[in-house]
Amino acid sequence: MIELDNVSKNFGDTTVLAGVTGEVNRGEIFAVIGPSGAGKSTLLRLIDLLDTPTGGSIHVNGLDIHAEREKSLTIRRMMGMVFQKPAVFNTTVTENVAVGLRFRGAGRSETRKMVEDALGMVGLAGYGDRKARTLSGGEMQRVALARAMVIEPEVLLMDEPTANLDPVSVEMIEDLVIRINRDLGTTIVFSTHDMYQGQRLAHRIGVLMDGAFAQVGTPREVFTHPASRKVARFVGIENIVEGIVVGGENGSTVVDAGGVRVRAAALNGPGERVALCIRSEDIRIAPAIRGRRVFDGNILPGTVTSIVPRGPFSRVTVDCGFALSSILSWKVVDDLGIQEGSPVVVSFTAESVHTVRQG
Amino acid sequence: MYEIIEGFLEAFRLIITFDSDVMAIAARSIVISLTATIIASLLAVPLGAAINFGTFPGRKSLINLIQTLYSLPTVVVGLLIFLLISRVGPFGFLRLLFTPTAMVIAQTILILPIMTGLTISALSGVDPVIRDTLRSLGATRLQFLVNILKEARFAILAAVAVGFGRAISEVGAAILVGGNIAASSFASSTRVLTTAISLETSMGNISQSIALGIVLLIIALGVNLVITTVQHR
Repeated sequence: MIELDNVSKNFGDTTVLAGVTGEVNRGEIFAVIGPSGAGKSTLLRLIDLLDTPTGGSIHVNGLDIHAEREKSLTIRRMMGMVFQKPAVFNTTVTENVAVGLRFRGAGRSETRKMVEDALGMVGLAGYGDRKARTLSGGEMQRVALARAMVIEPEVLLMDEPTANLDPVSVEMIEDLVIRINRDLGTTIVFSTHDMYQGQRLAHRIGVLMDGAFAQVGTPREVFTHPASRKVARFVGIENIVEGIVVGGENGSTVVDAGGVRVRAAALNGPGERVALCIRSEDIRIAPAIRGRRVFDGNILPGTVTSIVPRGPFSRVTVDCGFALSSILSWKVVDDLGIQEGSPVVVSFTAESVHTVRQG
Repeated sequence: MYEIIEGFLEAFRLIITFDSDVMAIAARSIVISLTATIIASLLAVPLGAAINFGTFPGRKSLINLIQTLYSLPTVVVGLLIFLLISRVGPFGFLRLLFTPTAMVIAQTILILPIMTGLTISALSGVDPVIRDTLRSLGATRLQFLVNILKEARFAILAAVAVGFGRAISEVGAAILVGGNIAASSFASSTRVLTTAISLETSMGNISQSIALGIVLLIIALGVNLVITTVQHR
């Protein structure tokens, strides 16, 4: 539905996008995630014709949208956009939502009906006569969503729609995104710096880094098999250890990480420099005395260097030649009776080690 | 000191009794300045919009020039118009010198820069997200402009009020091209509040001057009240 082909954008000497290539399928929710300043907003603005790309092309329904100047209004009217900052026109809620319909010359009774439906959808039925400026940020953003949806766009673009909102409003907007996509079949492209939001809502995720997609895939692919060390870091993999492949054993790869041997699932050639990505949740910690070889994975002796509380869990870091962190519940930490300096054994399966080539 | 207090008392009497001379002068002031403000608005709003949304070389310099002209001295405008419409001037044949029309022209030119400049500020003060929202909703160029003007309506109204205030309170141009003539008919007289105050004071009619001054202030207050009421609605 939307094809991005080597899209680039410079603002003066600053390169914001440097060759974004990817595709958004009809009817899917596609999340553009990436750190602040990665160019997420710019990419959405280019799709909505609010900016012009420096290079490359964007096709929507097979139409090169930036090449067809005389059709730009028609193309733009296929899309709706919600911006990061909740912004409403200085008039009533009803008038705000009706603007897009007025632009399209919709009749009076049709407009009233559609505006009422749209307000009902976003849970603001009965708010029509209020002054939009008096609403809360979350309510304004729902007005903005109703305003974008009332024109029944084929594509809904949302630029960090929940970045400035309280948690309750975030949840409402997220529910609406899912409902709109499911009930109306609208293709939705949204950007977020919150990787968990991407995971919650998206069918597919594009990780935008340094002006290009570092990876495009399902949330599961991106979160468990990050394509690069940077993506791994961004999607919250805490343990990233560098090493060199030294050989294979029973279908797994053995990596030398600073003198410590780690078994990983992937098959890489000997001599290759890799980064090992291990999710904290996959790492178990046991007291040193019970350190018997009970499974065909990695068992590394080490010393606890820190125990840091994090919500209902504790983040336990162990030095076993390199630092590895695990997430344990408080109770488990108490039961293990560990503290800083305790000798422990760290274990994790070869399958939970994802290797990426060092670029 | 006694003279001033007496002047105030007499002034209040003139106002409370709706003295016909004072009221005629006040009415003429309002008609002339309001006409100038309406004409200037019709020019300044489209001009401001064109400059704000336009992209052309020298745009920044033009805005700077407009802002410099905010403090255009009224007598200089008066002199300029005087030279243009005096009998030997290029527009002398129109016989406009010492007519209310000449005063309207002078005041329009006087307030055009500040109203254009404030319109530009008003339009550029509209949140960029509002501009993007209008575009993303599929506005045509005209729909876009109309809606931006709607968003900026209160700031533009303030620009109009400032223009009217400057027009009704200026004296230099009014006296140069108007001549402060008290003719028999309302329409051919050019005596307005400011020129009358100037004349009456020089003739020693303090109470008349004070009365006219108070009327001028009341008009300013009235305009201000109208604006604030509209903005709070």
